[in-house]
Amino acid sequence: MTPPVEGSEAEFFQINRRRDTMTRYWKRSQKSLRLLGGSGMGIAGLVILIIFLGIALLTPVFVHFDKNAFDPYARFKPPVWGGPWLGTDEVGRDVLAELLYGSRISLLVGVTASAISVLIGGTIGVFSGYFGRLIEEGMMRFTDIFLVIPQLPFMMLIAALAGPNLLNIILVIGVLSWPSTARLVRSQVITLKERTFIERARAIGAGDGHIIRRHILPNVIPLMFANTVLIIAIAILTESTLSFLGLSDPLVISWGSMLHYAFTSLAMSNGAWWYFVPPGFCIALVVLGFTFFGYAMDEILNPKLRRR
Amino acid sequence: MEMRTYILRRAVTAFAVFLVILTINFIIFHTIPGDPIRTLFQDPRISPEDLAQLRHSFGLDKPLWEQYVIYMKNSLTGDMGRSFSYYGDPVGNIVKVRLINTLILVGSASVLALIMGVAIGTVAAWKRNTKTDFSLLGSSLFLYSMPTFWLGMLMLFALSGSVPSGGMYTPGADYANVFDQFLDLMHHLVVPMTVLTLVLFGQYVMIMRSSLIDVLSEDFIVTASAKGLTGKEILRHHAVPNAMLPLVTITAINLSFVVGGAIQTETVFSWPGVGRLMYDALITRDYPILQGSFLVVTAVALLANLVADVTYAFLDPRVKIR
Repeated sequence: MTPPVEGSEAEFFQINRRRDTMTRYWKRSQKSLRLLGGSGMGIAGLVILIIFLGIALLTPVFVHFDKNAFDPYARFKPPVWGGPWLGTDEVGRDVLAELLYGSRISLLVGVTASAISVLIGGTIGVFSGYFGRLIEEGMMRFTDIFLVIPQLPFMMLIAALAGPNLLNIILVIGVLSWPSTARLVRSQVITLKERTFIERARAIGAGDGHIIRRHILPNVIPLMFANTVLIIAIAILTESTLSFLGLSDPLVISWGSMLHYAFTSLAMSNGAWWYFVPPGFCIALVVLGFTFFGYAMDEILNPKLRRR
Repeated sequence: MEMRTYILRRAVTAFAVFLVILTINFIIFHTIPGDPIRTLFQDPRISPEDLAQLRHSFGLDKPLWEQYVIYMKNSLTGDMGRSFSYYGDPVGNIVKVRLINTLILVGSASVLALIMGVAIGTVAAWKRNTKTDFSLLGSSLFLYSMPTFWLGMLMLFALSGSVPSGGMYTPGADYANVFDQFLDLMHHLVVPMTVLTLVLFGQYVMIMRSSLIDVLSEDFIVTASAKGLTGKEILRHHAVPNAMLPLVTITAINLSFVVGGAIQTETVFSWPGVGRLMYDALITRDYPILQGSFLVVTAVALLANLVADVTYAFLDPRVKIR
């Protein structure tokens, strides 16, 4: 599209249209915020997430002790006021320091892996839903196969063959967890493409690319947003499970790998509760935060749920 | 469509999917970097001629398509190769024994979780948006958010000393009769089963709740209450049976989740099932066992999906029209 001439009528209308869109979005987000405030669940989730995001970002700034410093004579020391606040692990490292640094890896893996998964799932969903016929048939068969394969054994197999490092874990989770997004997006696109406003766009000569960009995506993205938040929760759980099974990089500390070392060093029978209770609790809390926030978002952005 | 045709078509689809999964497994194994023979026999003193001989005996010098045909034929006849550890026993034999142990754990936990999930989900949906609903939903969400293996570790810690810490039977025990053996099994089963039940149950509560809320907003519920039926009657005869329908399919789809939970529970409690087998195989890098277990678990999942599809068709006559 060529830009309208300055001061022309066309420019006036374009600015006006943009302003209209802005007000509409603003009104809609205001309404969403009010609904979010109405659901204590969503606010609670958001607060949990902000706290953990803050911890993950600020840890390297404020925490100065060495996360790798170990002391074989301080094995499984219980927590003491004034430090080590959360005791020590099986090689005498500070559990609190590990816990703080672990938050970075757990969040990083969760967010990047779900970004990959949503990108793949969204693309497959939009294309198969919009173009239908052979593409749809092929892509959905492919998705169905991925849906029946039990995920954890599949991930264990691939992660074991690919070798233990962080990038492999992110890729394995991202590449194998897209089918649910693909299905969700496809079903939404199928109902959208039959609507009158799409037909109208096509009647005035809009191409497929334009329709997808300007009409399909804006209607699908809000739904995908809630879905993404829920997928991050699952990705964090999956990362912790794979790390617990010893499939992550042994040199990178995450909550899951802390639990792996706690389990293999028999922290449970050594009574070292301070070693294995906090990481699991943090995982549960973060996953709960994402789940709460995701459900609240779904309730707000999914008109089908709001009506009930 | 005739019921028999429907079942047959489903079965053929499931088998085709299994063939695709076998192929994926073949491709994965052939795309890993490194020479499998070199990985297996790392002794540098083996001469190149002997290595070539070994490669020949494994059929690795054959063209790829021929290897593929042999692999498919062997897999479908139950020959999944030999384990690297376990004294080179056939993978099929090892996995078969472990599968029964897994089914004991998963079966008992699933049934318990399903019953409790339906009951509590019904209560939550009926009291939607009340304090009861929020606390039930909140606690099921918390259970769902907890890593399964961590819940197991907590249980191990809390109950250490009062229950057996792992395994399926007391080592070296000599049972007077089958009943004694059963009691010992139950004694070992109770904690892992509780962990798995708790993890699965949260999921079922949420599914049952949302499914029932969907059903309760349908017109025939309004009709029922207009007829003067009490809330209890509507729930028992109209809402719950309909709400349980999606539970059948979702249970099958969720099988992936159940398998994941079982692997973690078995690992923590050293339950001698397929899950613990996979964990041990991970540690010893026993790839044939890992792949064999994966194939068997996937086959079971496919079978369960098939059963769920057919059950669903029996329960909901609308399915057959398609």
